[in-house]
Amino acid sequence: MSRQAIGYGLLLALMLVAPTVVYPVLVMKVLCFALFACAFNLLIGYTGLLSFGHAVFLGTAGYVAGHSIKVWGFPPELGLIFAALAAAALGWLIGSLAIRRSGIYFAMITLALSQMMYFFFLQAPFTGGEDGLQDVPRGKLLGVIDLTDDYNLYYFVLAIFVFAFWLIHRTIHSPFGQVLKAIRENEARAISLGYDVAKYKLLAFVLSAGLAGLAGATKTLVFRFATLTDAHWHTSGEVVLMTLLGGMGTVFGPVVGAATIVTLQNELADKVGSLVTVIMGAIFVVCVLAFRRGIVGELSALYKKMTGSR
Amino acid sequence: MTEIFGIPIQAFMGQLMLGLVNGSFYAMLSLGLAVIFGMLNIINFAHGALYMAGAMLAWMGLNYFGIGYWWSLLLAPLAVGVFGIVIERSMLQWLYKLDHLYGLLLTFGLALILEGLFRDLYGVSGLPYSIPEEFAGAYNLGFMFLPKYRAWVILASLLVCFATWFVIEKTRLGAYLRAATENPRLTQAFGINVPLMVMLTYGFGVALAGFAGVLAAPAMQVSPLMGSNLIIVVFAVVVIGGMGSILGSIVTGLGLGVIEGLTKVFYPEASSTVVFIIMAIVLLVRPAGLFGREK
Repeated sequence: MSRQAIGYGLLLALMLVAPTVVYPVLVMKVLCFALFACAFNLLIGYTGLLSFGHAVFLGTAGYVAGHSIKVWGFPPELGLIFAALAAAALGWLIGSLAIRRSGIYFAMITLALSQMMYFFFLQAPFTGGEDGLQDVPRGKLLGVIDLTDDYNLYYFVLAIFVFAFWLIHRTIHSPFGQVLKAIRENEARAISLGYDVAKYKLLAFVLSAGLAGLAGATKTLVFRFATLTDAHWHTSGEVVLMTLLGGMGTVFGPVVGAATIVTLQNELADKVGSLVTVIMGAIFVVCVLAFRRGIVGELSALYKKMTGSR
Repeated sequence: MTEIFGIPIQAFMGQLMLGLVNGSFYAMLSLGLAVIFGMLNIINFAHGALYMAGAMLAWMGLNYFGIGYWWSLLLAPLAVGVFGIVIERSMLQWLYKLDHLYGLLLTFGLALILEGLFRDLYGVSGLPYSIPEEFAGAYNLGFMFLPKYRAWVILASLLVCFATWFVIEKTRLGAYLRAATENPRLTQAFGINVPLMVMLTYGFGVALAGFAGVLAAPAMQVSPLMGSNLIIVVFAVVVIGGMGSILGSIVTGLGLGVIEGLTKVFYPEASSTVVFIIMAIVLLVRPAGLFGREK
């Protein structure tokens, strides 16, 4: 067994016992945002695309899941799949517009389009406007397992997370992932080698949007509501921060970043009120100025240095 | 002649003017973004927050120190500009060699800090800033009443935009600036202090945002959140116009303001999204933007 496999095994064991120590809903929130950040990292870390409107997929899927489960009576598993597909479809629409420009414009376009969807959700009748979509039932998984129990739901959420994490891991290490990295490193060369760069970017975008949607739908199931906050640009900024803080382009970075930020917000919310935004902004500034590799990136650089110098 | 397309001409012209007022702000802000981007290769996400800071400073000046509108119009942009220069010297200058994205992320962080601080101090509800006496009331144009302050906002922003265009396109300083945008190293080799020009450009660009903020103070509610929603629309304006040309930024800003105003008359539901829809169409038809050049 490789050292990596042992590491993964240990982490999984830790996650299995986590809800006995920590409040399960908090861990589920961390898992949802970790999945969201991992999906985002697939774009920024492995394709070099900064999407500044990723919250739109989280929010859209939240509403789709909530509406299909609550109003149409979908079972939870079907609601999640349907919501993820809806987010992927929206990702296809937004992605095919945004990839027409690159670099800084790409970020501005994704931000603008997500703001457009935000205004749409604000006015659309099915979202409940400022109040959000309330009282979404958790239902029974496959008609058998009662998800109203926090522990049952926790293991379901963990299974979703592990599946998505595995999918992202496979994607990164597949030939498709190699092409994405080639685009990140040198787009012109990737084109000259005959790769249809636009198609690869779009596929990565759709995959990322779908997984972000899965995170949003799961979040709705956990909290039993979908709100406008999830689609707001603040949330888009948050996922950027999580990924930046954890380490862009590292496998575990987004998970570490999400756990840190969610815990921090949870701790600080009562103590400092609206100053949380200031602290988030300060972390942004510090990360960009002094800490660009993020927590995981810095640690692995340190590890390499120590083992290398020995 | 009291109706246009079934809309009373009063309402129609009123929205048109309001659109022009909004367009003036789009024009000033997108102009500042374009000038900064040209020189620093950074998209200044803090632009909206600095616009808000300009308005807040005007409000604070009036309420704490009795500084009137006209002095605010001079002092607030100056303060915002100095703040910008401090930011440029202490933070932004270390990012020029890195990917453009880091500049966006850093200024996003700054925007969060500014917005959070003001929100902690003043809450989210709007603060009133009364219209200066000189501009109270309205002109009667026969077919409509034109509030004097709105006319002043449009006039002032046109003057400032034109002055900026004139300095950059027609003066020696502007020529240095354009040279430094085109090729900073060669310009530096000719003995022009490029880092100084970069610093002043950023200071000027954000001062423009501060100026727009003071102009906006009597026209809209002064609130810590006034900048963040505006900046995203301005981003869309910048994508539509492209950042290649100064006149392009001005024309696009004003034009989109008018279109938005008219949408409010004919189909109010779409008034908050129409700019984004236009952006999507422009991306399909002319990805580089109306006045942009593909690099």
